Amino acid sequence: MKIKSYLSSEYIVERDQDRCIRCKVCVNQCTYETHYYDAEDDAVYSRDENCTNCQRCVVFCPTHAITVAKNPNAYRENVNWTYEAITAVKMQAETGGVILTGMGCDKPYLTYWDRLLLNASQVTNPSIDPLREPMEIRTYLGAKPDKLELEMVGEDIVLETMLAPQLSVETPILFSALSYGAISLNVHESLARAATEFGTLFNTGEGGLDPRLYKYGDHAIVQVASGRFGVHPDYLDIGAAIEIKIGQGAKPGIGGHLPGEKVSEDIARTRMIPIGTDALSPAPQHDIYSIEDLRQLIYALKEATDYTKPISVKIAAVHNSAAIASGMVRAGADIIALDGVRGATGAAPKVIRDNVGIPIELAIASVDQRLREEGIRNKASIIAAGGIKSSAEVVKAIALGADAVYIATAALVAMGCTVCQKCHIGKCPWGIATTDPWISKRVNPDIASKRLMNLLRTWSLEIKEMMGGMGINAVESLRGNRLHLRGVGLTDSELRILGVRMAGD
Amino acid sequence: MSDKVKRLTTEFMSGLLHSRVRIENGTAKIDAGGVHYRHLNALLRTLDGNGVERIEIHNVCGQRYIGTDLDGSIEIEIYGIPGNDLGAFMNGPNITVHGNTQDGCGNTMNGGLIAVHGHAGDIIGYSMRRGSIFVRDDVGYRAGIHMKEYENVRPYIAIGGTARDFLGEYMAGGVILILGLNLKDGESHKAKFVGTGMHGGVIYVRGGITNLGREVDVMEVDESDLRLIRSLVEDFCDYFSFDYDMVMSKKFTKIVPVSRRPYGSLYAY
Repeated sequence: MKIKSYLSSEYIVERDQDRCIRCKVCVNQCTYETHYYDAEDDAVYSRDENCTNCQRCVVFCPTHAITVAKNPNAYRENVNWTYEAITAVKMQAETGGVILTGMGCDKPYLTYWDRLLLNASQVTNPSIDPLREPMEIRTYLGAKPDKLELEMVGEDIVLETMLAPQLSVETPILFSALSYGAISLNVHESLARAATEFGTLFNTGEGGLDPRLYKYGDHAIVQVASGRFGVHPDYLDIGAAIEIKIGQGAKPGIGGHLPGEKVSEDIARTRMIPIGTDALSPAPQHDIYSIEDLRQLIYALKEATDYTKPISVKIAAVHNSAAIASGMVRAGADIIALDGVRGATGAAPKVIRDNVGIPIELAIASVDQRLREEGIRNKASIIAAGGIKSSAEVVKAIALGADAVYIATAALVAMGCTVCQKCHIGKCPWGIATTDPWISKRVNPDIASKRLMNLLRTWSLEIKEMMGGMGINAVESLRGNRLHLRGVGLTDSELRILGVRMAGD
Repeated sequence: MSDKVKRLTTEFMSGLLHSRVRIENGTAKIDAGGVHYRHLNALLRTLDGNGVERIEIHNVCGQRYIGTDLDGSIEIEIYGIPGNDLGAFMNGPNITVHGNTQDGCGNTMNGGLIAVHGHAGDIIGYSMRRGSIFVRDDVGYRAGIHMKEYENVRPYIAIGGTARDFLGEYMAGGVILILGLNLKDGESHKAKFVGTGMHGGVIYVRGGITNLGREVDVMEVDESDLRLIRSLVEDFCDYFSFDYDMVMSKKFTKIVPVSRRPYGSLYAY
């Protein structure tokens, strides 16, 4: 017995019939079959209930005939029983299923970036103009030695200390893990090409790397997660660094299910699983139940690559991040990646995405503080992730104590994503969160990598402008420099954890 | 790395090479007693591909990652108890262990063979992609978890004794054969939650098994299954000197996933 759905359309599609020229672009562009052409009426109509408000048809309509609007036919206003709360219960009652979603948490938890303001030089120290003066934002990621031992050999100074392997990035912005399968080959290639050309790194995510992209390996962080998809000696060898994924900001503590619809032949081959199966990533890595076990995997990977690459460990920012991070450093992690509650995903249960984890701002501050107090901050770099959406947030993250940031949602938005949160369906009309060969052609790596390059270039310049304003000419001087941050509208506890003073103080 | 550091490293390693390794007729004999795993594995990497075809490692006691980052078809005989992650990410060598192994044996292994003349610990063959692991006696928890397979690339695990819980958990491919040779007449394997989350591959069982995961079913073996079982049992009997007819005298069944998408209906879209 099929249950009649009581759900209403979230959006309505309004079409100006005077402007519509029946070109059917919208019909072809919408992968959810929202638009259809009626030959008898010679008119295009819409099935509003299919619309996700991704704006693909709006952007591609040559006569700007389409508007997508929130359905005004709402339930009675109620601050507690919101539209979202009511529809979630109805959907669960009708399907008996856990509600899936994509992208990051969209709930109005406090975004601390918006309560932190940056400093600038006035009178007492000169600001620096980055367009005309040298400004260093190149960043080295990896363990730094406790001290440097130098020796004079004749006239030369020779470094005696053996340095741990380092990653060099031209900007403190890296592309965060986006797994092959969650996204298409074209998106992976676009990220890889932009990272290579700009001199930064992309992260393969946990689905392995298609051999066609091995040539970008010098700019790849290859990920090893609980499902160990696509993990083999060649994959470990081609990467610039290896990242052990323990958790992800969008779904701390749970595993992953890449829906079977997305497991096409290429994905199945790369992940080594049957075509059409759900790719199951167990919640824990079953060889890691403790810090000691983490050390075991870190050193397994170091052994597998002859100690030539930094090993990163990525965790979701959770309540005890600082203590966990301390353990991770002691376990031998060269890089710690922290992913905050706003971190995005290709598919996660909505209840997890929206309720588990802590804001990345607080996690950066507390982890940096803890590692400093323990005298081990130099032993690992910190990469912060989770919904970073502007260069100002990059600067604030570094001032709080991060070495660099990961961006993924911002990179996808640069390629066309409108954060409609339907990645889990696998039919992304922008060609991003899909593995359908027909739809994924919508991302052209020539163009998408250019858009990504432009984003990196702009953010990097803006970072330099902000640093120059503060009178700082090297990113090292900004790192953990919380005196350049001031808080507004924050409680004493929040200021204490962030390690920043109140504005005006 | 400065010249001095390089020189010291080289000196240390050549010191080890001289004091711990004897090479005769293409066989290198290593005395691993008290040698740190990092140095032991560096020695193995030095020997691999340098005219040495066979390596005997004696007095092994807990050294981890033996066989990791070795390619090719070198033969390694281990005397003693290797540590965790024996053959992790291994890509070709042929390892025989004269003793028990600890946890993580064959972790994410990509090719080669590990034959254990004894017991093996937990999560053997975790996410194994290719190659074979043969264990004469029992294995610990979660053996063969998340084994993989694609087209003709297929990993194999054969267990002579019995296994602990969650055997073949999350299996996405590959073959596990469990023989129960140390079970008494009429006794079943006691592993619980066998094949939980399994969505590919197959587990062949000699003797009864009762406590299965929800995602699997027990089926009769057919002729093509038997061909595969026979060939694995032949190898098993070769390695560990069991009588082939004795092993084959009992009935085999197979455990297979009910669905390729065990959690397909769990979600609302």
